[in-house]
Amino acid sequence: MPSNKTLQDVVMPQLAESLVSATIGKWLKKPGDAVEQYEPICEVITDKVNAEIPSTLDGVMGELLAEEGQEIEVGAVICRIETASGNASSASGADSGQSAASGQTAESGGRSASVSAASIATTASGDQAQRSRYSPAVQTLAQQHGLDLRAIIGSGLGGRITRKDVLNYLENNKGSAAPQTRPAVPAPANAPFQAVSNELNAISEPVRNSGLHLSETPKIPTIEVEGGDRSEYFIDVTPIRNTIATRMRQSVSEIPHGWMMIEVDVTNLVQLRNKLKDEFRQREGVNLTYLAFLLKAVVGAIKDYPIMNSVWAVDKIIVKRDINISLAVGTEDSVMTPVIKKADQKNIAGLAREIEDLATKVRAGKLKLDDMQGGTFTVNNTGSFGSILTQPIINYPQAAILTFESIVKRPVVINDMIAVRSMANLCLSLDHRILDGVICGRFMQRVKDNMESYSLDTQVY
Amino acid sequence: MPVMEYIDAIRLAMKEEMELDDNVFVLGEDVGVKGGVFTTTKGLQEQFGEQRVLDTPLSESAIAGVAIGAAMYGMKPIAEMQYSDFMLPATNQIISEAAKIRYRSNNDWNCPVVIRAPIGGGIFGGLYHSQCAESIFFGTPGLKIVAPYSAYDAKGLLKAAVRDPDPVLFFENKKCYKLIKENVPEDDYIVPIGKAKVLREGTDITVIGYSLPLHFVMQAAEELESEQGISSHILDLRTLQPLDREAIIEAARKTGKVLIVHEDNKTGGVGAEVSAIIAEECLFELDAPIERLCGPDVPAMPISPPMEKFFMLNKDKVKEAMLQLALY
Repeated sequence: MPSNKTLQDVVMPQLAESLVSATIGKWLKKPGDAVEQYEPICEVITDKVNAEIPSTLDGVMGELLAEEGQEIEVGAVICRIETASGNASSASGADSGQSAASGQTAESGGRSASVSAASIATTASGDQAQRSRYSPAVQTLAQQHGLDLRAIIGSGLGGRITRKDVLNYLENNKGSAAPQTRPAVPAPANAPFQAVSNELNAISEPVRNSGLHLSETPKIPTIEVEGGDRSEYFIDVTPIRNTIATRMRQSVSEIPHGWMMIEVDVTNLVQLRNKLKDEFRQREGVNLTYLAFLLKAVVGAIKDYPIMNSVWAVDKIIVKRDINISLAVGTEDSVMTPVIKKADQKNIAGLAREIEDLATKVRAGKLKLDDMQGGTFTVNNTGSFGSILTQPIINYPQAAILTFESIVKRPVVINDMIAVRSMANLCLSLDHRILDGVICGRFMQRVKDNMESYSLDTQVY
Repeated sequence: MPVMEYIDAIRLAMKEEMELDDNVFVLGEDVGVKGGVFTTTKGLQEQFGEQRVLDTPLSESAIAGVAIGAAMYGMKPIAEMQYSDFMLPATNQIISEAAKIRYRSNNDWNCPVVIRAPIGGGIFGGLYHSQCAESIFFGTPGLKIVAPYSAYDAKGLLKAAVRDPDPVLFFENKKCYKLIKENVPEDDYIVPIGKAKVLREGTDITVIGYSLPLHFVMQAAEELESEQGISSHILDLRTLQPLDREAIIEAARKTGKVLIVHEDNKTGGVGAEVSAIIAEECLFELDAPIERLCGPDVPAMPISPPMEKFFMLNKDKVKEAMLQLALY
């Protein structure tokens, strides 16, 4: 019987904190199905939870107001359940509580029209208790424009004259209220607008300040470097310079450095590179550098002497399985050590490409954190700035660093004959806690052998 | 420009800053594997590893202490307090150490830490998940406090906070997380700390606020304009410390009738300071008493739906207060 049945709203509940809506997944009850209280009626999907919504009451499913896949705001009605008229009160309270604030709206509703209306006469007959109470803003305006406030009709509460009433009055009575010195305006239609805008400008300027206070918030100071005199000047330490300083100091103070140098005959390598470089440049678009050949030689030697690829850990020595070569790349004001990952798995062409990529990134300032991490052994191409001998500082916490010095042509004795050969020095700084002279000597000898065994037949791929 | 939720904008800000600067890292309870209880840090550990997205013990004093120490050492930590309600064990570290170290060391040290904490109720969180903590830290010189309302500002202010050389408390509103959706650029922009923003120009009344209640204010202003012709001027403070005095004064002068709205309780709240600034600067331009509409002065958010509704601001409460001020 329709007369003793009522439809109760079921709303989307607040399933989790911070949720404002949820999506209907699947309806578990169709219109006409019997529903018991706490029985699931539908599945909902949210970012945080997937849940079933239980019925809030016993009854028969009336109508579904939301479709599957539809996003519904929390508190919105999703379906109606038909119940016997007795248990009307158990529907969830979507609309309770909103009335708390709206109690006064009705009584004030009658006044509201006067706020927007330009004409003000309607309130003259009402309550006039606040008629002669003037706010500071109203008094300020009255003084500025020489107004008699008794002539203005108030639209505010209790007949109070509002700031806006004064502004409206000024606009409507422009001719009489404006200062006499103002010249006649040729186009009367524009005149009120201009006058008001001038007056608005006037009141937006500070009229008077009162009270003691700081005129602005005290600034939290930032460090600035200034000063110096004719004999010296100061340079800010940049974050990168600071990092370099910290790392270098840590390495030098913590690692007992040992040092050695050997000489390599790279004549064959020079010939090989001269043969390949133009074609390589055309085909690959990158330079085939000596450094790529050196890296290949170094990586090969590390494979034979894996202890070079290690870290001192006080109670043990950690030997790294991957050979990740840190490459020192200098700019005008800093040096970075981006990493060629798994250099042992790359051929000479691949290494050449990586070198070019990393050098480009350094110069463009586009290195990512990932490019800088995981190095196990460092190579520095010091020959590129003309050095023939360097004593490098180890790239902490690695075990050793190797430099590749300038290639120079020198007279060399071979089989008791003097020949002109292309020679280069390789220098090695080593962590003497891990490495000693013999093992490093063998390692360097292996690098030398690898370098000298390049020939015109060597393949770069 | 993609439309994204407030929470996505916060996540994107952290992601971008972590990509830009290796010194930026995130720490907090459940921020790593779980991705945050609200999913604010979701995906960050997958991208940056557990060395840069640290799951911490349940100890807010330790989270703040670690972050402050790392910041003083030159890192740029973003510490998450799961709820601002849980922040109180960390107040000593924040107020006595982070806020004061630059002053105490005569500029030798600084502390570029960011502490994120969700504020606000209306999520049926009850006593321990609904508080507004800003008035506890407000008025502590040496701290900066931001409380964005829009998704755009949330991203820009968080990025500005990460880059700021001094401690910044970032109070994000947990009700805004999914409620506020808008266009947020995916490029690298910041919103300067210390600058308020006019959300709406108007001539009848001025409303000043921050965070979630501005959502109700904007709705109410729309309705008042169309129904009653009342024109509202709305200022979003965005930064609570330092307050943008010039913007507050300018907004107050615009209409001479000022309503200040926030969810934190009325006594000793941010609105009291805003009101004092206006009283100091604008006496002769005021056309009505400065009004405040705030959370009630009761100890805590009740864990009862009707009582929570009573406690929380909403569009109707805000609209009524705005109407009364307009009629004054």
